[in-house]
Amino acid sequence: MTVRRVMGIETEYGILQPGRPLANPMLLSSHVVAVHAATRESGRAKARWDYDDEDPLHDARGFHLQRASAHPSLLTDDPAKPAPSGDGPQELARASVEEYEDPGAANVILTNGARLYVDHAHPEYSSPEVTNPRDAVLWDRAGERVMLASVRALASTSALPDVALYKNNVDGKGATYGMHENYLVERAVPWADLAARLIPFLVTRQVYTGAGRVGLGQRGEQAGFQLSQRADYMEAEIGLETTLRRPIVNTRDEPHADPERWRRLHVIIGDATMLEVATYLRLGTTSLVLWLIERAVAEGGAGGAGGALAAVDRLALRDPVQAVHLISHDVTLTTRVELVDGRQLTALEVQRAYLDAVRVALEHAGAELDDQTRDVLDRWDSVLTRLANDPASCAREVEWLAKLRLLEGMRRRDRLPWDHPRLAAVDLQWSDLRPERGLYHRLAAAGAVERLVAEEDVARAELHPPRDTRAYFRGEAVARYGPEISAASWDSVVFDVVGSPTLQRVPMRDPLRGTAAHVEALLDRSPDASSLLAHLGAG
Amino acid sequence: MAGQDQIRPHRDDAEPDDAPDAPAAPSTQARDAEVDALLDEIDDVLESNAEQFVRGFVQKGGQ
Repeated sequence: MTVRRVMGIETEYGILQPGRPLANPMLLSSHVVAVHAATRESGRAKARWDYDDEDPLHDARGFHLQRASAHPSLLTDDPAKPAPSGDGPQELARASVEEYEDPGAANVILTNGARLYVDHAHPEYSSPEVTNPRDAVLWDRAGERVMLASVRALASTSALPDVALYKNNVDGKGATYGMHENYLVERAVPWADLAARLIPFLVTRQVYTGAGRVGLGQRGEQAGFQLSQRADYMEAEIGLETTLRRPIVNTRDEPHADPERWRRLHVIIGDATMLEVATYLRLGTTSLVLWLIERAVAEGGAGGAGGALAAVDRLALRDPVQAVHLISHDVTLTTRVELVDGRQLTALEVQRAYLDAVRVALEHAGAELDDQTRDVLDRWDSVLTRLANDPASCAREVEWLAKLRLLEGMRRRDRLPWDHPRLAAVDLQWSDLRPERGLYHRLAAAGAVERLVAEEDVARAELHPPRDTRAYFRGEAVARYGPEISAASWDSVVFDVVGSPTLQRVPMRDPLRGTAAHVEALLDRSPDASSLLAHLGAG
Repeated sequence: MAGQDQIRPHRDDAEPDDAPDAPAAPSTQARDAEVDALLDEIDDVLESNAEQFVRGFVQKGGQ
């Protein structure tokens, strides 16, 4: 009954070779990944992504895992079994010929448990699984440092092209690329109910999660400013697609075994955000709403969670897709959207209703709140109140307001219309990862935005995994036994120990096993992979 | 690229603050010194040829 749950963030970064707009983005992206492997993971770069899973859907398998979030699906819950997986290592036959590696399929498993790879024509950082929104911020920021390190390494290597990376979601010409959130959700909640109860929340949360965008329409056909980068690309309510007819709620990546307890919710509507508070609130509030839905279903009946569920059900929107666009296009936050029951509410009122419902349910549950849950609730309340009464006061926390503040200042000073290229340049350069170029970084350096995490903690998160999920085992295994790892994925690590007749695959089916508490002592007792495998029971 | 988009920001620091502003979002009505200082800094790092930079920012679609 808290904000805590297994979650993670995937981010596709915008990529440019400065001065060369026609440079091949796939090639540039693979340089970003490869240079990381060369400079940071030397000697342990050989691990490929492990696509060998028990998933019977063979055709879908590669795609599924390639897109896999920070926390899949296969979960066992048997505390009697040895860490990290509940199962011992499995023997795998070695390939008789060297497996073909597509150089374009650049892929690195990082010592912090994340995955760095090329997705479509963008470098992508998929964060390790974390258990709370503050850690989500920490390992998301760590991803910025990973990407920046590649930018620096390429800049210092004359034989390789320079790149600039942008943590944004649109190019203003019609292309969009994603920031996807993943949440582990109890399987007992029927999918249709989960989607229906979540959609009005996801449609309206952009008032405090939006990154802001110069231009209206998918190609920026109209001059102006809107709350969200992604809003104009949302074209359906629910669906499988992520690249065409993008849905608000995505149904891809159903768990492929033991689905009785969990599912992975894949949310693709959100914007990548530079502001730490924006990221924190996005993950924190969404997790609380998921808790409410889970709780209410567990209690059953229309009166679930003290009546909170019925209040949420009344928030169903007449046209959610249109509402996403309308809300994003109104910086005054006064637009009303129509509900199925005939009411006309603003986005702030819909959000307030969700907050009230969460509070009712928490009170009904009668449990003590942990500090982070209380903090998310307080901030959520505060930001909704101030967005209604004094939006300027939110410019340190809400990204679209921080960006708009700069843009309006420039418009006023230089008398620029909204279609002036300098304003579009501000929007793009806002998220340049290089501190000397990125405009967000100028604000951060000037103390004009609120920070949640200390830079030394981010630096540690760049190299080290969270201690309380299976990312700990993955990251530590790569750090300690990298040369003896032939492949890894979210739910497995495959060891290739010299002298062993077979590969050894360690499954990690439960995101909450393989933690430091489970395996740190074991790892400390294992100077090499073969002793680790012996301790895990391979003998 | 001769001289395109070489609009330099004109500083009207001497101007009183009551210059007529276009109606702005409520969030940004107040002129604030912090923004003015940030804008000065940003002038130094913003792409000098904004139009060319924006036109060249072309991405392939992702997810």
